[in-house]
Amino acid sequence: MGKKVLMKGNEAIGEAAITAGCRHFFGYPITPQSELPAYLAKRMPQEGGVFLQGESEVASVNMVYGASSAGVRVMTSSSSPGVSLKQEGISYMVGAELPALVCNVQRAGPGLGTIQPAQSDYFQATKGGGHGDYNIIVLSPSSVQEIVDMVRMAFDLADTYRNPCMLLTDGMLGQLMEPVDFGDYKPMVFEKPWALTGCKGRPKNTVTSIYIQPERMEEHNLKLQKKFAAIREKEQRWEELSLSDDTEILVVAHGTMARIVKSAMKEAQEQGVKVGVIRPITVWPFPEKAFRNLRNIQTVLVVEMSAGQMLEDVKLSINGRLPVHFFGRMGGMVPTVEQILSQIMSLRKSPAKL
Amino acid sequence: MEKVFEKPVSIDEKHFSYCAGCTHGIIHRLIAESIDELGIRERTVGVSPVGCAVFAYEFFNFDCVGAAHGRAPAVATGIKRSRPDCIVFTYQGDGDLAAIGTAEIVHAATRGEKITVIFVNNAIYGMTGGQMAPTTLIGQYSETTPYGRKAELHGFPIKVSEMLSTLEGAQFIQRVTVMNPASVIKAKQAIKKAFKNQVDGKGFNLVEILSTCPSCWGMAPLKALDWLKENMIPVFPLGVYKDRDAGEAAGAKAEE
Repeated sequence: MGKKVLMKGNEAIGEAAITAGCRHFFGYPITPQSELPAYLAKRMPQEGGVFLQGESEVASVNMVYGASSAGVRVMTSSSSPGVSLKQEGISYMVGAELPALVCNVQRAGPGLGTIQPAQSDYFQATKGGGHGDYNIIVLSPSSVQEIVDMVRMAFDLADTYRNPCMLLTDGMLGQLMEPVDFGDYKPMVFEKPWALTGCKGRPKNTVTSIYIQPERMEEHNLKLQKKFAAIREKEQRWEELSLSDDTEILVVAHGTMARIVKSAMKEAQEQGVKVGVIRPITVWPFPEKAFRNLRNIQTVLVVEMSAGQMLEDVKLSINGRLPVHFFGRMGGMVPTVEQILSQIMSLRKSPAKL
Repeated sequence: MEKVFEKPVSIDEKHFSYCAGCTHGIIHRLIAESIDELGIRERTVGVSPVGCAVFAYEFFNFDCVGAAHGRAPAVATGIKRSRPDCIVFTYQGDGDLAAIGTAEIVHAATRGEKITVIFVNNAIYGMTGGQMAPTTLIGQYSETTPYGRKAELHGFPIKVSEMLSTLEGAQFIQRVTVMNPASVIKAKQAIKKAFKNQVDGKGFNLVEILSTCPSCWGMAPLKALDWLKENMIPVFPLGVYKDRDAGEAAGAKAEE
């Protein structure tokens, strides 16, 4: 293992991308992810890479589309309002089967909202986000170390499936400094015979998302759906904490929220509550497999920095077998350990009703 | 017998899908001839737009990508910055380039992106059925200006070559037309130069081509050519608007 370095989450995204072989970044400034473009503006020239500040999020994501069509590892990053603007390019990339990494360092919305952290882009990230029937792989890290690991994983998954991949984090983790270990990782190498490189020695390549005959367009959609089904089958990832045959209360949280939930879980356990946690790591595909065997669990609590978005996926996975409760804060407010603990203690008294 | 004329290698076998009398076919051919003559087909990447030329990649015989509406200069930027050895061009209509994609074209020119832009200006949205374009003339009828374009309601036609020639990043900007054989020859020279400049590492290069849309203008093709000459050229004068090789202060040199 390598040496640990202290890094901000946003900067760790940038360094991890470089170690993953990404040499092209196109983006537009927005708080709270601005340390990332600033970091890569310094680092990319040192690595012989390209850092380009586009004139807008729309332009930047279309630069990503272009660079990806040319076969290079490429990324962009933004925060919530900017990610809304990038949805055009994400939909086109899915349609044209182009890999790329899109980072969303979420802030609170709707509208201009505020620059404090939130998890309220979950629907947008996991249910498609733009027009058309599609999904992108969405990874939700809980620590700066996981940011590094997941940025690398995201590039490999994007290339494996020829589909954009999103790192879904928030302003809190983006701004947080933690020690990270970059280890001795080597990026996976992919042949890209479809890429636009000039047609020397081969027939021409075309990258597009339009199939004007509906029969052909449906065929293309069926092909994409087959790919999404394969991702759903193979790529569900999650972490389980304190889940045993006598766990009675299950708390579900992802990303930053999962860290706070873990602290609440420990305090509840010290008070004798049999509580465990499921932390989705992929939020698309949602780890529904984690909810198949619920053992002796009596009730479920979902905690988010939103009005309850992942809540719907938890309910779908549990499918009416157990009562599912929710606690969330919005607008850049973060649920505290005390508040979550109090929710857990109420559920212990009355598992069916909050 | 000696063969003196043939289809350029850079044109594919597929039949054009353009309406009768449309000038896109001529422009496609001029691009293909220029690419063949410069010997760059095997390193060219074309970016087709949203608009009548959305399927341009089917008619060209080299690598191509389809861009979202207006985003072709951003897509071309991404390709050129990833593969600087490729010759990258966009093919864009007036709605694509001068309305929804205004920011993208202005900033590609501002950055001096080493790309070539073929800008087809026919003063109307053809593919969607003849709506007002940013370059629709004052008084011109369209689906969305059924009483004629009025400056006080719809603003004025945007003059892309004039506007972009004010930007320091622009290398070469010329407005041409394809209304008769003589103008086609001039258009070819401009297009070839816009590609040659990129081969020589110079950008940003744009050729604006005044074109007809007989279908949406509601005119026979020959009448459309006359209409272009009488109505479009006075508003969009032909000439070289910028050529850094000819000196920074070259300015506009209207031809006629």
